[in-house]
Amino acid sequence: RWEDKTRIVHANILYDLTKGGDNPNRHYANNKIKTTKYTLLSFLPKNLFEQFHRFANVYFVFIALLNFVPVVNAFQPELALAPVVFILSVTAIKDLWEDYRRHRSDKEINHLDCLVYCRSEKRYVEKYWKEVRVGDFIRLRCNEILPADVLLLSSSDPDRLCHIETATLDGETNLKQRQVVRSFIDLVSFDPLKYNSVIECEKPNNDLNRFRGYIIHRSGKRDGLYKDNLLLRGCTIRNTEEAVGIIIYAGHETKAMLNNNGPRYKRSKLERQMNVDVFWCVIILLVMCLFSAIGHGLWMFQYGDKRPVFDVLSPEGTELSPVVSAIYLFLTMIIVLQVLIPISLFVSIEIVKICQVYFIHQDMELYDEETDSHLQCRALNITEDLGQMQYIFSDKTGTLTENKMVFRRCTVAGVEYSHDANARRLAMYQEMDSEEEECTSHGGTLPRRDSVTSHQSGKVVLRSQSTKSHRRTGSRAEAKRASILSKHTAFSSPMEKDITPDPQLMDKVNECSSQMEFMRFHSQSLNQIPPDLCDVFDFFIALTICNTVVVSSPNQPRQKVRRYELKSPVKTIEDFIKRFTPSRLTSGSNNSSSSSLATNRSSSHKVGCSMLSSPSAESTLTKLKEEKRPEHDLQHAFSPVPPNFDKTKALAQDECELRYEAESPDEAALVYAARAYKCALVGRLPDQVTVELPHLGKLSFELLHTLGFDSTRKRMSVVVKHPLTEQITVYTKGADSVIMDLIRPATDDCKGKRQRKILYKTQNYLNLYAADGLRTLCIAKKVLSKEEYASWLQLHLEAETAIQRREELLFESALRLETNLQLLGATGVEDRLQDGVPETIASLRKAGLQIWVLTGDKQETAINIAYACKLLDPEEEIITLNADSQEACAVLLKNSLQYIQKKFLCNPRPDPQATRDYAGIHFSSPMCSPASSGHSSPFLVHRLGLVIDGRTLAYALDKSLEDDFLAVARSCRSVLCCRSTPLQKSMVVKLVRNKLKVMTLAIGDGANDVSMIQVADVGVGISGQEGMQAVMASDFALPRFRYLQKLLLVHGHWCYSRLANMILYFFYKNAMFVALIFWYQFYCGFSGSSMVDQWYLIFFNLMFSAFPQLVTGTLDKDVSAETLQELPQLYMNGQNSEEYKPYMFWMNMIDAFYQSLICFFIPYFTYVDSDVDLFTWGTPITTLALFTILLHLGIETKTWTWMNWVSIGFSIALFFIVALCYNASCPACFSPSNPYWTMQRLLGEPIFYLLCVVTPIAALLPRYL
Amino acid sequence: IMASSYGAKEEDGHHPGSAGLGGAAIRTKKPDNTAFKQQRLPAWQPILTAGTVLPAFFIIGLIFIPIGIGLYVTSNNIKEFELDYTGTDMSSPCFNCSQSWNSTNTCKCELFFSLDQPFESNVFMYYGLSNFYQNHRRYVKSRDDSQLNGDERSLKEPSKECEPYRTNENKPIAPCGAIANSMFNDTLDLFYIDPNGKKRPISLTKKGIAWWTDKHVKFRNPGGSNSNLTTVFKDTAKPVNWHKPVYELDVDIENNGFINEDFIVWMRTAALPTFRKLYRIIQKNNDMTPTLPRGNYSLAVTYNYPVRSFEGRKRMILSTISWMGGKNPFLGIAYITVGSICFFLGVVLLFIHHKYGNRNNSSDIAS
Repeated sequence: RWEDKTRIVHANILYDLTKGGDNPNRHYANNKIKTTKYTLLSFLPKNLFEQFHRFANVYFVFIALLNFVPVVNAFQPELALAPVVFILSVTAIKDLWEDYRRHRSDKEINHLDCLVYCRSEKRYVEKYWKEVRVGDFIRLRCNEILPADVLLLSSSDPDRLCHIETATLDGETNLKQRQVVRSFIDLVSFDPLKYNSVIECEKPNNDLNRFRGYIIHRSGKRDGLYKDNLLLRGCTIRNTEEAVGIIIYAGHETKAMLNNNGPRYKRSKLERQMNVDVFWCVIILLVMCLFSAIGHGLWMFQYGDKRPVFDVLSPEGTELSPVVSAIYLFLTMIIVLQVLIPISLFVSIEIVKICQVYFIHQDMELYDEETDSHLQCRALNITEDLGQMQYIFSDKTGTLTENKMVFRRCTVAGVEYSHDANARRLAMYQEMDSEEEECTSHGGTLPRRDSVTSHQSGKVVLRSQSTKSHRRTGSRAEAKRASILSKHTAFSSPMEKDITPDPQLMDKVNECSSQMEFMRFHSQSLNQIPPDLCDVFDFFIALTICNTVVVSSPNQPRQKVRRYELKSPVKTIEDFIKRFTPSRLTSGSNNSSSSSLATNRSSSHKVGCSMLSSPSAESTLTKLKEEKRPEHDLQHAFSPVPPNFDKTKALAQDECELRYEAESPDEAALVYAARAYKCALVGRLPDQVTVELPHLGKLSFELLHTLGFDSTRKRMSVVVKHPLTEQITVYTKGADSVIMDLIRPATDDCKGKRQRKILYKTQNYLNLYAADGLRTLCIAKKVLSKEEYASWLQLHLEAETAIQRREELLFESALRLETNLQLLGATGVEDRLQDGVPETIASLRKAGLQIWVLTGDKQETAINIAYACKLLDPEEEIITLNADSQEACAVLLKNSLQYIQKKFLCNPRPDPQATRDYAGIHFSSPMCSPASSGHSSPFLVHRLGLVIDGRTLAYALDKSLEDDFLAVARSCRSVLCCRSTPLQKSMVVKLVRNKLKVMTLAIGDGANDVSMIQVADVGVGISGQEGMQAVMASDFALPRFRYLQKLLLVHGHWCYSRLANMILYFFYKNAMFVALIFWYQFYCGFSGSSMVDQWYLIFFNLMFSAFPQLVTGTLDKDVSAETLQELPQLYMNGQNSEEYKPYMFWMNMIDAFYQSLICFFIPYFTYVDSDVDLFTWGTPITTLALFTILLHLGIETKTWTWMNWVSIGFSIALFFIVALCYNASCPACFSPSNPYWTMQRLLGEPIFYLLCVVTPIAALLPRYL
Repeated sequence: IMASSYGAKEEDGHHPGSAGLGGAAIRTKKPDNTAFKQQRLPAWQPILTAGTVLPAFFIIGLIFIPIGIGLYVTSNNIKEFELDYTGTDMSSPCFNCSQSWNSTNTCKCELFFSLDQPFESNVFMYYGLSNFYQNHRRYVKSRDDSQLNGDERSLKEPSKECEPYRTNENKPIAPCGAIANSMFNDTLDLFYIDPNGKKRPISLTKKGIAWWTDKHVKFRNPGGSNSNLTTVFKDTAKPVNWHKPVYELDVDIENNGFINEDFIVWMRTAALPTFRKLYRIIQKNNDMTPTLPRGNYSLAVTYNYPVRSFEGRKRMILSTISWMGGKNPFLGIAYITVGSICFFLGVVLLFIHHKYGNRNNSSDIAS
C-alpha cells in the first residue's frame, strides 16, 4: 500500500552503462516542460473543440450549417458561415498566439543550462534543462535557478545550508534556509560516485510546504527527509556558493509546475443576468419564427389547390403541403432572424472588459509610488461586479493597518515601562511627515538616483534585488529613503528600527548584564541575581531568540560567523545522551556554545567586518552613510532625544548594519526593540542563535527545537540550551489569552506570591495596552530538567520522523511542552492605521456598503482599531457576543434580536404595518414576518455595532443559529469578528453570500485571508508585507486599502454602468434590426424573404454598427470620477442593479419594436405601389436602421469624446464604402439580391435623403420625451 | 551563467546588470499621465436642458413643415390615372378573357376610359399587379444571374437555384427560373379617341424603361457579338409558360433576347405584393399640345396573363413623374406630421418651462 504512494529514486549514474533500459527512474517524467496546449496537428480540432464548449458558438455553427440544407436555406451558405468563422478564427488566432508565446518561453526554459554529473567524464557537465532526469546529480551555483525539485545533498556552506529565494513560487522575498539531508551533513565534499542510497518519497503533489520521505542507505539505515531538504524548481539559490543535490521530481511533476494552474474563471452577476435575457431573446426568436411559420401555413392554405405562379415548387418539382412548408419555414426563419441572438455580443463584452481592465491598470490614482506597484486585475471578467458590491469583508492587520509594527511599550515582571521617549519620537515622525510631504517633489527624486549608483558599485551584492520594498511609513520621502537604504530586508523602516529605550529599563538591562558578567567571571551561580533582573534578562533573550528572524547585512548578505565544529540540532536520543553527558558539559572548553568562545567569536566577527571593506563595498557603505547623515541632523534638530539615542545608532552602524528578515512584522519589531536595549541578534543558524549583549559580548544559544507558530496554538516556542546556566530553557511567545492559561499555577511560597502578583499586574497592563489599540504578546519561559526534556524528546522525535500524521503529532508534541510556563512579561506593539482608512470606510459606508471586519486580533485591540478607523462610532451602541457554549450563544442571539426589535423597530414606529414591513426588510429569521421587499435596502440605519469573538462565532455559524446570527448581524451597522480563524472568515463570507444573496467582496493581505478571498464574489488582495499568497488568490490586487474607494466607487461604477448599458444596447440593436425583417414577413407571404441584402444582414452587427458601441462601452462616463467620489451614494445605483433591471430589457425591446416599425413603415408607405424592387427598397431601410441605431447610441452616450465622433463617422463611412464597392463589384454575382448599382442609384435620388432625415428623427422622438 | 530571464516579472526593473552608467532612467510601473489613459479625454456632455432641447424642437419643426408642404404639393401636381382591367366583374370587357384563359389561343379585350385633365410632359405607362408575391423567398432566388449575363456555361448548365424551372425535355431553359417563367406577357395598346370618334394609336416607347446598368451591364445576350440569336439559343428550351422563345421577344436586335427591356423590368423583382412596373413611355410631343390631352381613350389588351389563381388584379397606370418619383403624398405628410409634433412639443415644453422651470430651477425637464 505504501509502495503505491511513493516514488523510489535511485541515482542515475549507477545505470548509465545499461543504456537506461533498467533504470528504475525511467518512468518518471523528464524535465522537459511543455505548457502549450496544441501541436501543429492538433491545433485545429482541439481548438475548435474547446471553442464549442461555449454554447453560443454551437448555436451559430448549427444555424450556419442549417443553411446548407436547400429546403430551408436563407442565405448563400458560404456567406452565412462568414460571421461564425470570423468569430471562431479571431478566438483561434488569439489562442494560437498565446500558445506560441508559451512555446517560446518553454523552449527558452528548456534550453537553460545546468551542471549535471556525468559518470563517464567523472565531472559535472553542462546540460540543457530538458535533458535533466530524475536521479541526476546536479550542481547548483549561487544565483542559479533550480531546474527541478532537488534533494539537497551537499552545500559549500559550512553549516550545510542553502538559501533559496522563493519569490517566483509564492512571491515571498525573504530567504528561506534549506538543509542538507542529515546523513550527508558531515561529508566535507560530496562525491556522487560514492552515493548509493535509495530515496523513497511521496508521489508528486502540489503542496509546496510538504515533503516527506526516507533516504535508505546501503547499510539499511533510514533517514527522514523533510521539506527543509527539498529545493523547489523555479527558486533561486542565494548566498550559497555551491550546492549539490539529486533530482527527485522533474518537469511537470515538480511542485512548481503542479501548482501552476490557469487563471480563474468567474461569472459576474451582470453576465448571469444577461444570460437570462439571452434566453428571453431565444424565446422571442422562437415566437417570431412560430408566428411566421403559422402565417406561412395559412398563406399557403388560402390558395388551396390553385398554385400561384410565384409559389415555386420545391427543387424536386413536388408540391409542398402548407404544413410541411410551414415547418421548413420555421427553420428558415431561425436562420433569417438569427441576428436577434447577438453573435458579436460575447466577443464585444470580452473586448470591452479587456479595455476596462487596461484603464483600471492605467489609473494613476491607483498607483502607489512607494512600492512602484499599481492595481492588478487578475480576473479579467468580473470588472463590472465591482460596481455591485453590497458587503465588504475586511481583514484588519495589514489591510486596514499598515502591518508595520512599532514597538510601543512593554511590561517586564509586572513593571510597566511606558517608553515615553519612544512615543515622542513616533509623534515626531508624524510631524516630519507633514513637513516633508511638501518637498517631496524635488527631494524625492534625488536619493533614487543615488540608489542606482550604489547598486552599480555594489556588484558584490549577491542578493541584489528583492521585490519587497518598504512602505506605509508616514511620508513618501522617508519611505523612499528607507527603501533605498534597506532594499534587502523586509519590515525595516527607521520608524520600526529606531526604538528609543526606556531609560529605566535600560538601566536594568545594563545592571543585569554587568552582574551576569561579574558572576560569570567569578564563576558564581547565576541564581544569585535578583529575580526581577533575571526576568528582564530572560525577557530580552526571549525577544531576541524566540522567533524565526534571519540576520543579514546589506553588503554581505548573511554575515556568518564561522564555526569550528559542526553540529546539528539534537535529532536522536543517542545524540542527546552523547551531547548532554556531564563529562561533555564540564569539559567543553572547545564547545561552540560555551561562553569562553563567545569572545573569540566576536573577534572573528570583526575580522569578518574588515574583510568586508573591499573597495567597492566601501564605496557603497560610504554612500549609505552619506544618505543617513541628513536624517540624523534632522533628528538632532527636531527632537529632544536622549543622548544614548545616537549611541545606539552608531552602534548599529558599527555592526555593519545588520538587517533582520522576519516572516511577520511583529517579530521584526520585537527584535529591533531588543536591539535597542543592546541585546542584539547577530546570527541565526538552524541550530544556534547568537546574541550580542552588553558586557557579556556574544552569547550563543544552542537551538534545540523551534516549535513554529500556528494559528491554533497562537504561540511559538524555542527550546535552547542556555549558555550561561547550561539549562534547557523553553521560551514561548504568544497571544496573551493562550499564554495566560498556560502559566504555572502559583505555589504558596513567597516566590509563588510574586508570580501571582506579576500575573495580576501583567494582566492589568495587557488590558491597558489593548485599550490603547496595541497588539499584545506575552513572553514566558520554562526551564526543563534533563529528565523532563529527555522524556519529551522521545515523543517529539517520534513525531518528527513519522510519515503519516506528522503535523498532528508535532502539534500534540508542542502542546505537551508548552505547559507550566513562567510569565516574563508582555509587549505592546502598535500597528498604525493606513493612510485614508477612516475616510475610505466612511465613504464606502455612505455608498451603502456593509463593512464587516474579520480579524484574528483580540477583542479589545480590534474594537480600538475599529474606533480608530471609524468603523465603530462612539455614539453607536455595541452588542458584544461572547458565549461559552452553544446554548449560551443561542440565548444571546435571541436576546439581542429581541432587543434590537424592541428598541429600533417598535418604538419609533407605532404603526404595526410599518413595523412589520420594516422587520421584513431586515430580518429573514423565522421569528419575523416573511421578507416583503427582499433586499431592497442593504443599507441599514441602525446605530448598532456587533462585536463577536471567535469562539462565539463558531457557535453562531452552526446550522441552527446561523439565521439568528445573520438577523442580528444584518441589523447592525458594523460587524466586528475578533479572534477568528481563516476558516471562520471564509464561513462567514459564505454564509452571508449564500443566505442573503448579496454580492460580497473580501479584502485581505495575508495567507489567513486566502480562503475568505476565494469564497467571496470578488476577492481583493493587498500586496502587502505578508507575502503574496493573498494576491495570488485574489481577483484584484491593490497596493493599499484606500484605493478600494476609487476602485469600487469610480471604476466599479463605470464598469458596471458601461457594460450594463452596452448589453442593453446590444439587445435593443439586434431586436430593432431583426424586427424590420419580421414586419416584412407580413408582406411577403411569410416566406422568410428578406429585403435586406444578406451581406448587410450578416455584417451589420459585425462591422457596421460594432465600433461605436465598443467605444461607448469602454469610454462613456455617466458621472465624472470626482462626482462619484464626492457622492458615494451614487454607488447604490449599481448595488440595486439599477442600470440593468429585468424590466429594462423589455423596455428596450418595446423601444426596439417601435423604432423598427417606424423604420419599416415610413419607407413602406413611401414606396407602396411603386416600381421599386426588393433590394432597392431594402437598402434604404438598412441605411435608416443604421442611422437610427447610431443616433440612439448617441443619445445614450453621456460623454462625447473625439473617439465617439470618429467611431460613428467611421461606421457610417464604412457602410457606404462597403455598399458602394459591393454594389459595383460584380454584375452577375451575389445571387439572389444581385444589387448591382443599387446604392449608386439610390444616392442619386432625393427621396433617399429625405427618408434618411425624417425616419431616424421620428423613430427617436419618444427618446426625447 | 546568469539565467536571469526566468521569472523576470518578479524583478522590479532596476536590474544591477542592465542599468547603464550614469543612472539611466528608472523604469517604473507608473502609468502614463495622458488624458486617454486617465480617461480624461475632453468630452462634450450633451446635457438635455431646456436651453438645448427647445430650440432643437423648434428648428426641427420649422425645417420639416416647409419641406413636408413642398413634398405634398409636388406629389399633388403629379397626374395619375389607373385602370383595372383584370376582368373580375361581369360587366368588364375582359371578363371573358379572364374566365376562359388557356395558354394556346390569345384573348383580346378593349377598355374605354377618359382623362379629365391633360397630362403634360412625359407620361409613364405602367402595368400594376396586386397580390402577386414577387418577393416570395423561393421565387426571388429562382434565377440565374450569370446566365442572364450571357455566360455560355450557365446557358448550357443553369444554376440549381432555377429548379424546378431549370430544364425542359433535357434541354436547359433559357432564361431559367420561376421569375422568368412567370413573366408578364399581356400586351397593352393605347388609343386616343378623337372627339369625332376616330381611334388614333398613341406611340409608346419601349426604350429606356429598364435601368441603364441592367440593360448594358447586368443583362447580356450570350454569344457576344453574334447577332443571330436563334443559333445562340439553339440548344435551349423556352420557359414553360412562354408562348415564344426568348430570341423572339422583339424584332429589334437591340431589344431582343436577354436584353429585352420588358424582360429586364420583370426580372427586377418587386418589393411588395402590390406593385407596378414600367411598361412604356409616352414621349412628350415637340409641339405645344399636351402629351395626353383631355378626352377619351381606349386600352386594347391582349389578355395572356392569368391572375385568377391568386386573386390578383391587373392595372394599367398612366402617370407623370416629378423629381421625387411617382405620385405619393405620404412623405410630405410624414414630414409635416413629424415637424408639427416637434413644434407642438416645443410649445408645450416652453410653456412648462416658463411655468415650472423657474420655480424649482430644474433645467432637466426633457430627460
